[in-house]
Amino acid sequence: MNDACFQLKGSAVSIIVLELYQFSDASFTEQLRDKVQQAPQFFQQSPVVISLEKMPADHSPDFVARLEICRTFHLQPLALRAVPVHLLDAARETGLAIIPATGRSSTPLETERDAPQAEVIVKKVVEEKQVRKPSKVITRPVRSGQQVYAEGGDLIVLSQVSEGAEVLADGDIHIYGTLRGRALAGVKGDTDANIFCHTLSAELVAIAGNFILSDALRKQRWQQSAHIHLDGDSLHVAEL
Amino acid sequence: MAKIIVVTSGKGGVGKTTTSAAIGTGLALSGFKTVVIDFDVGLRNLDLIMGCERRVVYDFVNVIKQEATLNQALIKDKRTDNLFILPASQTRDKDALTQEGVGIVLDELAETFDYIICDSPAGIEKGAQMALYFADVAIVTTNPEVSSVRDSDRILGILQSKSRRAEKADEPVQEHLLLTRYNPARVDAGEMLSVSDVEDILAIPLLGVIPESEAVLKASNSGTPVILDNASDAGQAYDDAVQRLLGKELEHRFLHAPKKGFFQRFLGGK
Ligand SMILES: Nc1ncnc2c1ncn2[C@@H]1O[C@H](COP(=O)(O)OP(=O)(O)OP(=O)(O)O)[C@@H](O)[C@H]1O
Ligand SMILES: [Mg+2]
Repeated sequence: MNDACFQLKGSAVSIIVLELYQFSDASFTEQLRDKVQQAPQFFQQSPVVISLEKMPADHSPDFVARLEICRTFHLQPLALRAVPVHLLDAARETGLAIIPATGRSSTPLETERDAPQAEVIVKKVVEEKQVRKPSKVITRPVRSGQQVYAEGGDLIVLSQVSEGAEVLADGDIHIYGTLRGRALAGVKGDTDANIFCHTLSAELVAIAGNFILSDALRKQRWQQSAHIHLDGDSLHVAEL
Repeated sequence: MAKIIVVTSGKGGVGKTTTSAAIGTGLALSGFKTVVIDFDVGLRNLDLIMGCERRVVYDFVNVIKQEATLNQALIKDKRTDNLFILPASQTRDKDALTQEGVGIVLDELAETFDYIICDSPAGIEKGAQMALYFADVAIVTTNPEVSSVRDSDRILGILQSKSRRAEKADEPVQEHLLLTRYNPARVDAGEMLSVSDVEDILAIPLLGVIPESEAVLKASNSGTPVILDNASDAGQAYDDAVQRLLGKELEHRFLHAPKKGFFQRFLGGK
Protein backbone atom coordinates (compact mmCIF):
# COMPACT_ATOMS: atom_id res chain seq x y z
CA MET A 1 0.00 0.00 0.00
CA ASN A 2 2.89 2.36 0.70
CA ASP A 3 4.11 2.51 -2.86
CA ALA A 4 1.23 4.75 -3.97
CA CYS A 5 2.50 7.86 -5.77
CA PHE A 6 -0.47 10.01 -4.97
CA GLN A 7 -3.92 10.26 -3.54
CA LEU A 8 -6.90 12.00 -5.09
CA LYS A 9 -8.86 14.21 -2.76
CA GLY A 10 -11.87 16.47 -3.06
CA SER A 11 -11.20 19.97 -1.82
CA ALA A 12 -12.88 23.37 -1.65
CA VAL A 13 -10.94 26.31 -3.04
CA SER A 14 -11.98 29.92 -2.86
CA ILE A 15 -11.83 31.53 -6.29
CA ILE A 16 -12.65 34.81 -7.97
CA VAL A 17 -15.16 34.64 -10.80
CA LEU A 18 -14.88 37.30 -13.47
CA GLU A 19 -18.32 37.48 -14.99
CA LEU A 20 -18.06 38.99 -18.48
CA TYR A 21 -20.97 41.07 -19.71
CA GLN A 22 -19.52 42.25 -22.99
CA PHE A 23 -16.30 42.80 -24.84
CA SER A 24 -14.92 46.21 -25.46
CA ASP A 25 -11.15 46.35 -25.02
CA ALA A 26 -10.86 49.90 -23.79
CA SER A 27 -13.48 49.82 -21.08
CA PHE A 28 -12.51 46.29 -20.00
CA THR A 29 -8.97 47.39 -19.24
CA GLU A 30 -10.11 50.58 -17.56
CA GLN A 31 -12.69 48.95 -15.35
CA LEU A 32 -10.44 46.10 -14.37
CA ARG A 33 -7.74 48.56 -13.36
CA ASP A 34 -10.26 50.36 -11.15
CA LYS A 35 -11.31 47.19 -9.42
CA VAL A 36 -7.78 46.00 -8.83
CA GLN A 37 -6.73 49.36 -7.43
CA GLN A 38 -9.50 49.15 -4.85
CA ALA A 39 -7.89 46.07 -3.33
CA PRO A 40 -4.47 45.34 -4.82
CA GLN A 41 -3.55 42.85 -2.09
CA PHE A 42 -6.64 40.85 -2.73
CA PHE A 43 -6.02 40.50 -6.44
CA GLN A 44 -2.29 39.82 -6.22
CA GLN A 45 -1.73 36.49 -8.04
CA SER A 46 -5.32 35.52 -7.46
CA PRO A 47 -6.66 32.63 -9.48
CA VAL A 48 -9.70 33.61 -11.54
CA VAL A 49 -12.33 31.82 -13.50
CA ILE A 50 -13.62 33.79 -16.45
CA SER A 51 -17.30 33.20 -16.90
CA LEU A 52 -19.11 33.78 -20.18
CA GLU A 53 -22.45 32.83 -18.73
CA LYS A 54 -23.92 36.33 -18.98
CA MET A 55 -22.32 37.34 -22.24
CA PRO A 56 -24.52 37.85 -25.32
CA ALA A 57 -24.17 34.91 -27.73
CA ASP A 58 -23.17 37.01 -30.76
CA HIS A 59 -20.02 38.39 -29.14
CA SER A 60 -16.79 36.80 -30.26
CA PRO A 61 -14.12 37.84 -27.83
CA ASP A 62 -10.44 37.59 -28.49
CA PHE A 63 -9.49 35.32 -25.62
CA VAL A 64 -5.77 35.74 -25.99
CA ALA A 65 -5.94 39.51 -25.64
CA ARG A 66 -8.33 39.23 -22.72
CA LEU A 67 -6.05 36.87 -20.83
CA GLU A 68 -3.09 39.13 -21.45
CA ILE A 69 -4.92 42.02 -19.82
CA CYS A 70 -5.77 39.88 -16.78
CA ARG A 71 -2.16 38.85 -16.39
CA THR A 72 -0.90 42.42 -16.53
CA PHE A 73 -3.02 43.02 -13.45
CA HIS A 74 -1.42 39.97 -11.77
CA LEU A 75 -4.45 37.77 -11.98
CA GLN A 76 -4.00 34.12 -12.89
CA PRO A 77 -6.72 32.87 -15.21
CA LEU A 78 -7.41 29.20 -14.48
CA ALA A 79 -10.45 28.34 -16.47
CA LEU A 80 -13.21 29.52 -18.75
CA ARG A 81 -16.73 28.84 -17.63
CA ALA A 82 -19.90 28.45 -19.73
CA VAL A 83 -18.23 28.70 -23.12
CA PRO A 84 -20.82 28.75 -25.94
CA VAL A 85 -20.39 26.09 -28.63
CA HIS A 86 -19.18 28.43 -31.35
CA LEU A 87 -16.31 29.62 -29.16
CA LEU A 88 -15.18 26.23 -27.94
CA ASP A 89 -12.29 25.90 -30.42
CA ALA A 90 -10.94 29.33 -29.61
CA ALA A 91 -11.29 28.60 -25.92
CA ARG A 92 -9.40 25.32 -26.17
CA GLU A 93 -6.49 27.09 -27.83
CA THR A 94 -5.88 29.14 -24.71
CA GLY A 95 -4.92 25.96 -22.88
CA LEU A 96 -7.14 26.87 -19.92
CA ALA A 97 -9.56 24.46 -18.36
CA ILE A 98 -13.12 24.64 -19.63
CA ILE A 99 -15.81 24.17 -17.02
CA PRO A 100 -19.59 24.00 -17.41
CA ALA A 101 -22.08 26.67 -16.43
CA THR A 102 -23.52 26.76 -12.93
CA GLY A 103 -26.70 24.99 -13.84
CA ARG A 104 -28.43 27.66 -15.92
CA SER A 105 -28.62 27.77 -19.70
CA SER A 106 -25.94 29.72 -21.48
CA THR A 107 -28.46 31.50 -23.70
CA PRO A 108 -28.43 35.08 -22.48
CA LEU A 109 -31.56 36.99 -21.54
CA GLU A 110 -32.84 39.85 -23.70
CA THR A 111 -32.52 42.37 -20.92
CA GLU A 112 -28.87 41.63 -20.54
CA ARG A 113 -28.27 42.06 -24.25
CA ASP A 114 -29.87 45.50 -24.02
CA ALA A 115 -27.93 46.54 -20.97
CA PRO A 116 -26.72 50.04 -21.86
CA GLN A 117 -23.65 50.15 -19.63
CA ALA A 118 -20.65 48.00 -20.19
CA GLU A 119 -19.59 46.56 -16.91
CA VAL A 120 -17.17 44.08 -15.56
CA ILE A 121 -18.22 42.55 -12.33
CA VAL A 122 -15.63 40.83 -10.27
CA LYS A 123 -17.12 38.91 -7.44
CA LYS A 124 -15.58 36.66 -4.93
CA VAL A 125 -17.43 33.41 -4.82
CA VAL A 126 -16.68 30.77 -2.31
CA GLU A 127 -17.36 27.67 -4.27
CA GLU A 128 -18.15 25.28 -1.50
CA LYS A 129 -17.90 21.70 -2.41
CA GLN A 130 -19.29 19.64 0.45
CA VAL A 131 -16.40 17.49 1.40
CA ARG A 132 -18.01 16.11 4.55
CA LYS A 133 -21.39 16.62 6.15
CA PRO A 134 -21.15 17.88 9.72
CA SER A 135 -22.18 15.42 12.45
CA LYS A 136 -25.58 15.74 14.04
CA VAL A 137 -25.14 16.35 17.76
CA ILE A 138 -27.97 15.65 20.19
CA THR A 139 -27.47 16.91 23.74
CA ARG A 140 -30.67 15.70 25.43
CA PRO A 141 -31.98 12.17 25.93
CA VAL A 142 -33.68 10.59 22.94
CA ARG A 143 -36.96 9.42 24.47
CA SER A 144 -39.28 6.51 23.80
CA GLY A 145 -41.25 7.17 20.61
CA GLN A 146 -38.65 9.57 19.22
CA GLN A 147 -36.49 8.94 16.19
CA VAL A 148 -33.34 10.80 15.19
CA TYR A 149 -31.65 10.36 11.83
CA ALA A 150 -28.33 11.84 10.76
CA GLU A 151 -28.55 11.89 7.00
CA GLY A 152 -25.30 11.69 5.11
CA GLY A 153 -23.12 11.75 8.22
CA ASP A 154 -22.48 10.73 11.81
CA LEU A 155 -24.76 10.99 14.81
CA ILE A 156 -23.45 11.95 18.24
CA VAL A 157 -25.73 11.63 21.27
CA LEU A 158 -24.27 13.21 24.39
CA SER A 159 -27.00 11.68 26.52
CA GLN A 160 -28.94 8.43 26.61
CA VAL A 161 -31.21 6.69 24.10
CA SER A 162 -34.30 5.33 25.86
CA GLU A 163 -36.01 2.04 25.33
CA GLY A 164 -38.50 2.56 22.53
CA ALA A 165 -36.38 5.26 20.88
CA GLU A 166 -34.52 4.83 17.61
CA VAL A 167 -31.35 6.52 16.34
CA LEU A 168 -30.10 6.16 12.78
CA ALA A 169 -27.19 7.48 10.74
CA ASP A 170 -25.73 7.06 7.29
CA GLY A 171 -22.35 7.12 9.04
CA ASP A 172 -21.24 6.25 12.58
CA ILE A 173 -23.26 6.57 15.78
CA HIS A 174 -21.66 7.65 19.07
CA ILE A 175 -23.71 7.47 22.27
CA TYR A 176 -22.11 8.90 25.40
CA GLY A 177 -24.83 7.53 27.70
CA THR A 178 -26.78 4.30 27.93
CA LEU A 179 -28.17 2.85 24.73
CA ARG A 180 -31.44 1.15 25.69
CA GLY A 181 -33.28 1.63 22.41
CA ARG A 182 -32.36 0.82 18.82
CA ALA A 183 -29.29 2.10 16.98
CA LEU A 184 -28.82 1.62 13.23
CA ALA A 185 -25.59 2.87 11.62
CA GLY A 186 -24.71 2.86 7.93
CA VAL A 187 -28.38 2.69 7.01
CA LYS A 188 -27.65 3.42 3.34
CA GLY A 189 -25.37 0.42 3.20
CA ASP A 190 -22.01 1.68 4.50
CA THR A 191 -20.42 -1.50 5.84
CA ASP A 192 -17.59 0.51 7.43
CA ALA A 193 -19.97 2.28 9.80
CA ASN A 194 -19.60 1.81 13.58
CA ILE A 195 -21.64 2.17 16.72
CA PHE A 196 -19.88 3.30 19.88
CA CYS A 197 -21.74 3.46 23.16
CA HIS A 198 -20.88 4.14 26.76
CA THR A 199 -23.26 1.51 28.15
CA LEU A 200 -24.75 -1.21 25.99
CA SER A 201 -28.29 -2.16 26.91
CA ALA A 202 -29.84 -2.00 23.45
CA GLU A 203 -33.00 -3.50 22.01
CA LEU A 204 -31.26 -3.77 18.66
CA VAL A 205 -28.05 -2.66 16.96
CA ALA A 206 -27.57 -2.76 13.20
CA ILE A 207 -24.88 -1.85 10.69
CA ALA A 208 -25.70 -1.71 6.99
CA GLY A 209 -28.74 -3.87 7.59
CA ASN A 210 -27.01 -6.55 9.66
CA PHE A 211 -28.51 -6.57 13.12
CA ILE A 212 -28.34 -8.19 16.57
CA LEU A 213 -31.24 -8.23 19.02
CA SER A 214 -30.96 -7.72 22.75
CA ASP A 215 -31.15 -11.44 23.56
CA ALA A 216 -27.91 -12.05 21.69
CA LEU A 217 -26.37 -8.81 22.97
CA ARG A 218 -26.86 -9.91 26.55
CA LYS A 219 -24.02 -12.38 26.10
CA GLN A 220 -21.62 -9.71 24.87
CA ARG A 221 -20.54 -6.65 26.84
CA TRP A 222 -24.04 -6.09 28.21
CA GLN A 223 -24.14 -3.03 30.49
CA GLN A 224 -20.59 -2.20 29.44
CA SER A 225 -19.03 0.14 26.91
CA ALA A 226 -18.96 -1.28 23.41
CA HIS A 227 -17.79 -0.77 19.86
CA ILE A 228 -19.98 -2.51 17.30
CA HIS A 229 -18.69 -3.02 13.77
CA LEU A 230 -19.06 -5.35 10.83
CA ASP A 231 -16.61 -8.12 10.13
CA GLY A 232 -17.60 -9.71 6.82
CA ASP A 233 -21.30 -9.88 7.29
CA SER A 234 -21.36 -10.63 10.98
CA LEU A 235 -21.58 -7.97 13.64
CA HIS A 236 -18.83 -7.77 16.20
CA VAL A 237 -19.24 -6.37 19.67
CA ALA A 238 -15.82 -5.32 20.85
CA GLU A 239 -14.40 -3.64 23.90
CA LEU A 240 -14.23 0.12 23.63
CA MET B 1 -45.25 36.00 35.96
CA ALA B 2 -47.49 33.02 36.59
CA LYS B 3 -45.86 29.62 36.39
CA ILE B 4 -47.78 26.94 34.55
CA ILE B 5 -47.17 23.46 35.97
CA VAL B 6 -48.49 20.35 34.26
CA VAL B 7 -48.92 17.14 36.24
CA THR B 8 -48.56 14.43 33.63
CA SER B 9 -47.71 10.73 33.30
CA GLY B 10 -48.82 8.99 30.15
CA LYS B 11 -50.08 6.00 32.08
CA GLY B 12 -53.43 6.24 33.86
CA GLY B 13 -54.14 5.88 37.56
CA VAL B 14 -50.63 6.68 38.77
CA GLY B 15 -51.66 9.57 41.02
CA LYS B 16 -51.81 12.71 38.85
CA THR B 17 -55.03 14.07 40.30
CA THR B 18 -53.94 13.21 43.85
CA THR B 19 -50.69 15.07 43.13
CA SER B 20 -52.36 18.09 41.49
CA ALA B 21 -54.62 18.53 44.51
CA ALA B 22 -51.75 18.11 46.99
CA ILE B 23 -49.23 20.34 45.23
CA GLY B 24 -51.84 22.99 44.47
CA THR B 25 -52.88 23.07 48.10
CA GLY B 26 -49.26 23.12 49.26
CA LEU B 27 -48.39 26.10 47.07
CA ALA B 28 -51.47 27.98 48.29
CA LEU B 29 -50.51 27.21 51.90
CA SER B 30 -47.10 28.70 51.17
CA GLY B 31 -48.85 31.93 50.25
CA PHE B 32 -49.05 31.70 46.46
CA LYS B 33 -52.30 32.35 44.68
CA THR B 34 -52.92 29.04 42.95
CA VAL B 35 -55.48 27.54 40.59
CA VAL B 36 -55.81 23.85 39.75
CA ILE B 37 -57.38 23.09 36.36
CA ASP B 38 -58.92 19.72 35.53
CA PHE B 39 -58.08 18.87 31.90
CA ASP B 40 -59.73 15.47 32.13
CA VAL B 41 -62.88 16.43 30.23
CA GLY B 42 -65.57 13.79 30.59
CA LEU B 43 -63.95 12.08 33.58
CA ARG B 44 -63.75 14.91 36.03
CA ASN B 45 -62.62 13.94 39.50
CA LEU B 46 -60.36 16.73 40.69
CA ASP B 47 -63.41 18.37 42.26
CA LEU B 48 -64.14 15.11 44.12
CA ILE B 49 -60.64 14.83 45.51
CA MET B 50 -60.73 18.49 46.51
CA GLY B 51 -64.18 18.13 48.03
CA CYS B 52 -65.97 20.78 45.99
CA GLU B 53 -68.02 18.64 43.62
CA ARG B 54 -71.30 19.99 44.92
CA ARG B 55 -70.32 23.55 44.14
CA VAL B 56 -69.62 23.06 40.43
CA VAL B 57 -71.89 25.27 38.32
CA TYR B 58 -69.81 26.21 35.30
CA ASP B 59 -66.69 24.49 34.03
CA PHE B 60 -63.54 24.93 31.93
CA VAL B 61 -65.39 24.23 28.67
CA ASN B 62 -68.07 26.80 29.47
CA VAL B 63 -65.31 29.38 29.88
CA ILE B 64 -63.59 28.39 26.64
CA LYS B 65 -66.90 28.61 24.78
CA GLN B 66 -67.57 31.96 26.47
CA GLU B 67 -70.76 30.67 28.03
CA ALA B 68 -69.44 31.75 31.42
CA THR B 69 -66.76 34.09 32.70
CA LEU B 70 -63.72 32.83 34.57
CA ASN B 71 -65.02 34.38 37.77
CA GLN B 72 -68.25 32.44 37.46
CA ALA B 73 -66.48 29.15 36.87
CA LEU B 74 -63.64 29.38 39.41
CA ILE B 75 -64.42 27.67 42.70
CA LYS B 76 -62.74 29.11 45.77
CA ASP B 77 -61.50 26.41 48.12
CA LYS B 78 -63.23 26.50 51.49
CA ARG B 79 -60.32 25.32 53.61
CA THR B 80 -57.30 26.93 52.03
CA ASP B 81 -56.88 30.61 51.20
CA ASN B 82 -55.42 31.52 47.81
CA LEU B 83 -56.64 28.23 46.31
CA PHE B 84 -59.06 27.92 43.38
CA ILE B 85 -60.34 25.08 41.23
CA LEU B 86 -61.40 25.22 37.60
CA PRO B 87 -63.38 21.99 37.14
CA ALA B 88 -63.71 19.92 33.98
CA SER B 89 -66.98 19.29 32.30
CA GLN B 90 -68.41 15.85 32.79
CA THR B 91 -70.70 15.91 29.84
CA ARG B 92 -68.85 17.35 26.90
CA ASP B 93 -66.47 15.54 24.66
CA LYS B 94 -62.75 16.21 24.60
CA ASP B 95 -62.85 18.14 21.33
CA ALA B 96 -64.34 21.05 23.21
CA LEU B 97 -60.81 21.96 24.34
CA THR B 98 -59.03 23.89 21.60
CA GLN B 99 -55.47 25.08 21.87
CA GLU B 100 -56.50 28.64 21.15
CA GLY B 101 -59.30 28.54 23.72
CA VAL B 102 -57.04 27.05 26.39
CA GLY B 103 -54.39 29.66 25.63
CA ILE B 104 -56.84 32.52 26.13
CA VAL B 105 -58.05 31.14 29.48
CA LEU B 106 -54.47 30.56 30.72
CA ASP B 107 -53.48 34.09 29.71
CA GLU B 108 -56.35 35.52 31.69
CA LEU B 109 -55.51 33.38 34.73
CA ALA B 110 -51.85 34.38 34.47
CA GLU B 111 -52.82 37.99 35.17
CA THR B 112 -53.87 37.24 38.74
CA PHE B 113 -52.42 33.86 39.75
CA ASP B 114 -48.90 32.85 40.78
CA TYR B 115 -49.27 29.17 39.92
CA ILE B 116 -51.51 27.41 37.43
CA ILE B 117 -51.58 23.62 37.92
CA CYS B 118 -52.85 21.57 34.97
CA ASP B 119 -54.10 18.10 35.94
CA SER B 120 -53.56 16.08 32.76
CA PRO B 121 -55.70 13.20 31.59
CA ALA B 122 -53.98 9.85 31.01
CA GLY B 123 -52.56 8.91 27.62
CA ILE B 124 -50.31 10.67 25.16
CA GLU B 125 -52.98 11.86 22.76
CA LYS B 126 -54.69 15.18 22.27
CA GLY B 127 -56.03 15.67 25.81
CA ALA B 128 -52.65 15.09 27.42
CA GLN B 129 -50.90 17.20 24.79
CA MET B 130 -53.33 20.05 25.40
CA ALA B 131 -52.62 19.94 29.14
CA LEU B 132 -48.85 20.09 28.68
CA TYR B 133 -48.66 22.45 25.69
CA PHE B 134 -48.42 25.71 27.65
CA ALA B 135 -46.36 24.34 30.56
CA ASP B 136 -43.26 25.97 32.04
CA VAL B 137 -42.73 23.11 34.47
CA ALA B 138 -43.71 19.44 34.28
CA ILE B 139 -44.19 17.13 37.22
CA VAL B 140 -43.82 13.71 35.65
CA THR B 141 -45.76 11.40 37.94
CA THR B 142 -44.45 7.86 37.81
CA ASN B 143 -45.08 4.60 39.63
CA PRO B 144 -42.08 2.32 40.21
CA GLU B 145 -42.97 -0.18 37.52
CA VAL B 146 -41.74 -0.71 34.00
CA SER B 147 -44.84 0.32 32.03
CA SER B 148 -45.31 3.54 33.98
CA VAL B 149 -41.64 4.46 33.54
CA ARG B 150 -41.83 3.78 29.81
CA ASP B 151 -44.90 6.02 29.47
CA SER B 152 -43.20 8.78 31.43
CA ASP B 153 -40.27 8.58 29.05
CA ARG B 154 -42.71 8.94 26.18
CA ILE B 155 -44.29 12.01 27.78
CA LEU B 156 -40.83 13.54 28.29
CA GLY B 157 -40.26 13.14 24.54
CA ILE B 158 -43.54 14.94 23.85
CA LEU B 159 -42.59 17.74 26.24
CA GLN B 160 -39.34 18.08 24.32
CA SER B 161 -40.97 18.20 20.93
CA LYS B 162 -44.60 19.29 21.14
CA SER B 163 -44.81 21.85 23.95
CA ARG B 164 -45.06 25.55 23.20
CA ARG B 165 -41.57 26.04 24.58
CA ALA B 166 -40.25 23.39 22.20
CA GLU B 167 -42.08 24.89 19.24
CA LYS B 168 -40.80 28.37 19.99
CA ALA B 169 -37.31 27.06 20.77
CA ASP B 170 -37.51 28.77 24.19
CA GLU B 171 -35.83 27.39 27.32
CA PRO B 172 -37.10 23.80 27.56
CA VAL B 173 -39.86 22.84 29.97
CA GLN B 174 -38.39 22.21 33.44
CA GLU B 175 -38.79 18.50 34.17
CA HIS B 176 -39.30 16.95 37.61
CA LEU B 177 -39.73 13.32 38.53
CA LEU B 178 -42.30 12.52 41.20
CA LEU B 179 -42.27 8.86 42.15
CA THR B 180 -45.62 7.93 43.68
CA ARG B 181 -47.11 4.83 45.30
CA TYR B 182 -43.60 3.84 46.32
CA ASN B 183 -43.50 0.69 48.40
CA PRO B 184 -40.00 0.11 49.79
CA ALA B 185 -40.80 -3.41 51.03
CA ARG B 186 -41.83 -4.47 47.53
CA VAL B 187 -38.74 -2.78 46.10
CA ASP B 188 -36.59 -4.78 48.50
CA ALA B 189 -38.39 -7.93 47.41
CA GLY B 190 -37.52 -7.11 43.82
CA GLU B 191 -41.16 -6.67 42.83
CA MET B 192 -40.82 -2.98 42.01
CA LEU B 193 -38.18 -0.70 40.56
CA SER B 194 -36.11 1.26 43.05
CA VAL B 195 -35.75 5.04 43.14
CA SER B 196 -32.32 4.80 41.57
CA ASP B 197 -33.55 2.44 38.83
CA VAL B 198 -36.18 4.97 37.81
CA GLU B 199 -33.81 7.93 38.09
CA ASP B 200 -31.34 6.05 35.96
CA ILE B 201 -33.85 5.33 33.20
CA LEU B 202 -35.55 8.73 33.08
CA ALA B 203 -32.50 10.87 33.84
CA ILE B 204 -34.40 13.86 35.24
CA PRO B 205 -34.14 15.40 38.72
CA LEU B 206 -36.16 13.81 41.51
CA LEU B 207 -38.74 16.12 43.09
CA GLY B 208 -40.02 13.62 45.60
CA VAL B 209 -40.99 10.09 46.52
CA ILE B 210 -44.55 9.61 47.78
CA PRO B 211 -44.98 6.33 49.62
CA GLU B 212 -47.91 4.02 48.98
CA SER B 213 -50.20 5.02 51.80
CA GLU B 214 -53.65 4.32 53.17
CA ALA B 215 -53.88 8.01 53.98
CA VAL B 216 -54.33 8.77 50.27
CA LEU B 217 -57.47 6.70 49.92
CA LYS B 218 -58.84 8.09 53.17
CA ALA B 219 -58.13 11.62 52.02
CA SER B 220 -59.81 11.23 48.65
CA ASN B 221 -62.83 9.58 50.19
CA SER B 222 -63.28 12.58 52.44
CA GLY B 223 -62.50 15.12 49.72
CA THR B 224 -59.46 16.50 51.53
CA PRO B 225 -56.11 16.79 49.73
CA VAL B 226 -53.73 14.40 51.50
CA ILE B 227 -51.16 17.16 52.09
CA LEU B 228 -53.50 18.51 54.77
CA ASP B 229 -53.03 15.26 56.71
CA ASN B 230 -49.84 16.39 58.44
CA ALA B 231 -49.50 13.21 60.41
CA SER B 232 -49.40 10.94 57.36
CA ASP B 233 -46.25 9.87 55.52
CA ALA B 234 -47.80 10.73 52.13
CA GLY B 235 -48.88 14.16 53.39
CA GLN B 236 -45.37 14.91 54.65
CA ALA B 237 -43.80 13.61 51.46
CA TYR B 238 -46.00 15.93 49.36
CA ASP B 239 -45.13 18.80 51.67
CA ASP B 240 -41.42 18.13 51.08
CA ALA B 241 -42.02 18.03 47.33
CA VAL B 242 -43.71 21.45 47.42
CA GLN B 243 -40.80 22.91 49.38
CA ARG B 244 -38.33 21.49 46.85
CA LEU B 245 -40.41 22.94 44.03
CA LEU B 246 -40.00 26.30 45.75
CA GLY B 247 -36.24 25.82 45.82
CA LYS B 248 -35.53 24.26 49.21
CA GLU B 249 -33.08 21.42 49.47
CA LEU B 250 -34.46 18.61 51.58
CA GLU B 251 -33.34 15.00 52.00
CA HIS B 252 -35.65 12.44 50.51
CA ARG B 253 -37.64 10.49 53.08
CA PHE B 254 -39.71 7.30 53.16
CA LEU B 255 -37.29 5.47 50.87
CA HIS B 256 -36.72 2.45 53.10
CA ALA B 257 -38.92 -0.18 54.64
CA PRO B 258 -38.96 -0.14 58.43
CA LYS B 259 -36.08 -2.29 59.67
CA LYS B 260 -37.11 -5.79 60.61
CA GLY B 261 -36.49 -6.83 64.19
CA PHE B 262 -34.01 -9.57 65.00
CA PHE B 263 -36.69 -12.17 65.62
CA GLN B 264 -38.58 -11.39 62.44
CA ARG B 265 -35.39 -11.88 60.45
CA PHE B 266 -34.55 -14.98 62.46
CA LEU B 267 -37.94 -16.47 61.72
CA GLY B 268 -37.70 -15.49 58.07
CA GLY B 269 -40.73 -13.24 58.34
CA LYS B 270 -41.60 -11.29 55.20
N1 LIG C 1 -49.45 7.43 47.29
C1 LIG C 1 -50.56 6.68 47.12
N2 LIG C 1 -50.83 5.67 47.96
C2 LIG C 1 -51.93 4.92 47.80
N3 LIG C 1 -52.82 5.11 46.84
C3 LIG C 1 -52.62 6.10 45.96
C4 LIG C 1 -51.48 6.93 46.05
N4 LIG C 1 -51.53 7.85 45.05
C5 LIG C 1 -52.67 7.59 44.35
N5 LIG C 1 -53.32 6.55 44.90
C6 LIG C 1 -54.58 5.97 44.43
O1 LIG C 1 -54.46 5.63 43.06
C7 LIG C 1 -55.67 5.86 42.38
C8 LIG C 1 -55.44 6.78 41.21
O2 LIG C 1 -55.05 8.05 41.68
P1 LIG C 1 -55.33 9.37 40.84
O3 LIG C 1 -56.75 9.47 40.51
O4 LIG C 1 -54.69 10.49 41.56
O5 LIG C 1 -54.51 8.99 39.55
P2 LIG C 1 -54.55 9.71 38.13
O6 LIG C 1 -53.19 9.56 37.59
O7 LIG C 1 -55.10 11.06 38.26
O8 LIG C 1 -55.58 8.79 37.34
P3 LIG C 1 -56.18 9.11 35.88
O9 LIG C 1 -55.09 8.75 34.93
O10 LIG C 1 -57.35 8.20 35.80
O11 LIG C 1 -56.53 10.56 35.86
C9 LIG C 1 -56.63 6.44 43.38
O12 LIG C 1 -57.46 5.42 43.87
C10 LIG C 1 -55.74 6.95 44.48
O13 LIG C 1 -56.36 6.92 45.74
MG1 LIG D 1 -56.70 12.07 37.14
